[in-house]
Amino acid sequence: MRLGFSLARFWAVLAKEFVQMRRDRLTFGMMVGIPIMQLVLFGYAINTDPHNLPTLLEMNDQSPVARAVLANMETSDYFDFQGLVTGPAEGDKALRDGTANFVVVIPADFERDIVRGLSPEILVSADASDPIAVGTAMGALSGIVDLAIQQTLEGPLQSVAGSPPPFSVVAHRQFNPEQASSVNTVPGLLAVILAMTMVLITAVAIVREAERGTMETLIATPVRPLEVMLGKILPYVFVGYIQTGVFLVAAEILFNVPFLGSGWAFFVGFNVYIVVNLALGFLISTMVRTQMQAMQASFMTILPTILLSGFMFPFAGMPGWAQTLGSAIPATHYLRIVRKVMLKGADMADIVGDLRAIAIIGAVIVLISLLRYRQTLD
Amino acid sequence: MTAGTSARDEIAISVRGLTKVFGKKRVVDDFDMDVPRGAIYGFLGPNGSGKTTTIRMMCGLLTPDGGEGQTLGYDIRTQAREIKEHVGYMTQKFSLYGDLTIRENLDFMARMYRMKQPRKVVDASLVHLGLEGRGDQLAGTLSGGWKQRLALAACMQHKPRLLLLDEPTAGVDPKARRDFWDEIRRLSKQGVTVLVSTHYMDEAIQCDYLSYIAYGKKLIEGPSSEIPAKVGLTTWRVSGPELTQLEDELLADPRVEQVARFGALLHVSSTDAEALDAVIAEQKTKNGTHKWQKKDAELEEAFIYLMATASDNFAGAAKEAAG
Repeated sequence: MRLGFSLARFWAVLAKEFVQMRRDRLTFGMMVGIPIMQLVLFGYAINTDPHNLPTLLEMNDQSPVARAVLANMETSDYFDFQGLVTGPAEGDKALRDGTANFVVVIPADFERDIVRGLSPEILVSADASDPIAVGTAMGALSGIVDLAIQQTLEGPLQSVAGSPPPFSVVAHRQFNPEQASSVNTVPGLLAVILAMTMVLITAVAIVREAERGTMETLIATPVRPLEVMLGKILPYVFVGYIQTGVFLVAAEILFNVPFLGSGWAFFVGFNVYIVVNLALGFLISTMVRTQMQAMQASFMTILPTILLSGFMFPFAGMPGWAQTLGSAIPATHYLRIVRKVMLKGADMADIVGDLRAIAIIGAVIVLISLLRYRQTLD
Repeated sequence: MTAGTSARDEIAISVRGLTKVFGKKRVVDDFDMDVPRGAIYGFLGPNGSGKTTTIRMMCGLLTPDGGEGQTLGYDIRTQAREIKEHVGYMTQKFSLYGDLTIRENLDFMARMYRMKQPRKVVDASLVHLGLEGRGDQLAGTLSGGWKQRLALAACMQHKPRLLLLDEPTAGVDPKARRDFWDEIRRLSKQGVTVLVSTHYMDEAIQCDYLSYIAYGKKLIEGPSSEIPAKVGLTTWRVSGPELTQLEDELLADPRVEQVARFGALLHVSSTDAEALDAVIAEQKTKNGTHKWQKKDAELEEAFIYLMATASDNFAGAAKEAAG
């Protein structure tokens, strides 16, 4: 009778944990607030395909063709023409001090040179110190110009259309169809959100008992370690479910991210992932003494999760050693599961490899935390 | 109800050679203790002397590195679970949940001990505490004294036969401390054995037995009435004008080991009776206005002596106490 696991005691610990969770407004706010905040930040604010970039114009030719090119640039939404400059010095200054991301120079006698077949050049100077900011706009440029050529060189100018091109843009790049970056970012966010909150909340909740001294009272009672462990951790599985629910609703309503794959595969994947993160939080709680340390240690795990998992930067583009490190992070594999399932329509068979990787990482974490967990205060 | 052999029934706690090492430090060193059943046993010693560690070993929260012992007849190494069922342990700082209500705390603790009817038990505890109407108040909002009484009530719900109290009244005001001790004596009358650690003198003098520990070693142990004789202090009591000046003078004399003020009296003590008598004789001839009276040292002086010597001269105190 004494050695057995007591369901009643386990329920008492569980119920206590829920009451505490309900009273702790900050934690409760974090559970719902962090997913929403991250979704909005990464989905809306952080945009690798920025539009309406401030642009200045040096207009040395007022011809209809020049105006048509500019009109096309403006309607592309990448360029927001905010004013005119009178010469190269003024344009350079605007780029340097950041008032403009682009300066567009239409050369003098632009239309006339086109008609004469001299292939005049439009110069687009970009502030490349933030390559992501200007990259896509630059990429879109040549497409815009092609369009302008088609639209304007009609009637009397028809003769100069065709090859060789009647005029060109100096910053020439391959055209990329416009991509909504939120579709790529949002699924990956689930991996980051769960890693962040599951690890942090679990570690803090467990360390809080030790820090406030209640753990000593608790283990002085006949309660079994397993009852405490499960009773404390299960409520946070529930939290993970809430977060995933918030995430799915927001992804659908706010970002129109498709969900193409198998719901079952998604369900299995996120449960395995939640358990591994809770175990990581538990492991951290065995290594620190205060809630502050628990928080710092949790944030230490979050940095590689964001940077090395393939969430922020393409995994394949990282050097070998970074890929090796990244492979040890649960989020790396979960990220693939979510992207595969949501965007590529994957089912169970497609994610088995990723699930296995997460399970192996989880087994190692559980093993270490069991070795570190003590029944006594030694 | 009883466990173990009949010979053990008279002894609630019995430990021999208890030792605990943290790193290189012997926090508890070769410690013996016998706590008679039904006694209020005071466990004295300065901060960091190993009291908490000893108590934790006695209730199975820490595994001793050396030594052996029984608590309520159960082995402290192998039967920690049985010990926990029958012991009420109150930790040093308030350690119930501040973000749970009074009722929720009591209910949680009742469930940890798998009480049959937790609701009834909790209701009874609330009535006993006089907190019937305040069960839904958060425990964190209680005053220090009330927190201690709540913690005591929480660890008494499963009717333990032994109470381990680790500095239960640290930081609690004197009135609340008296109330707390009234409760402890009431429990003791009901047959509960109480082991209480403290560094308050007014608590020490309420105990039936005392044990004094410093730097992990037990220096002195016995029934409270025998402690002053074991410490071996000779004390003179003096009253009269300008006691502060006299106190300074006496303290400057190396033959005087301790001067303590009790209201309008100075208690002047030393373990060397002859040397002290000589000092007093000199004082009498030099200054006729003071009234001097030689008395057997009492627990108060012994307590002050032990606390003072252990904290600033461990080696000396150990030698004297052993002698």
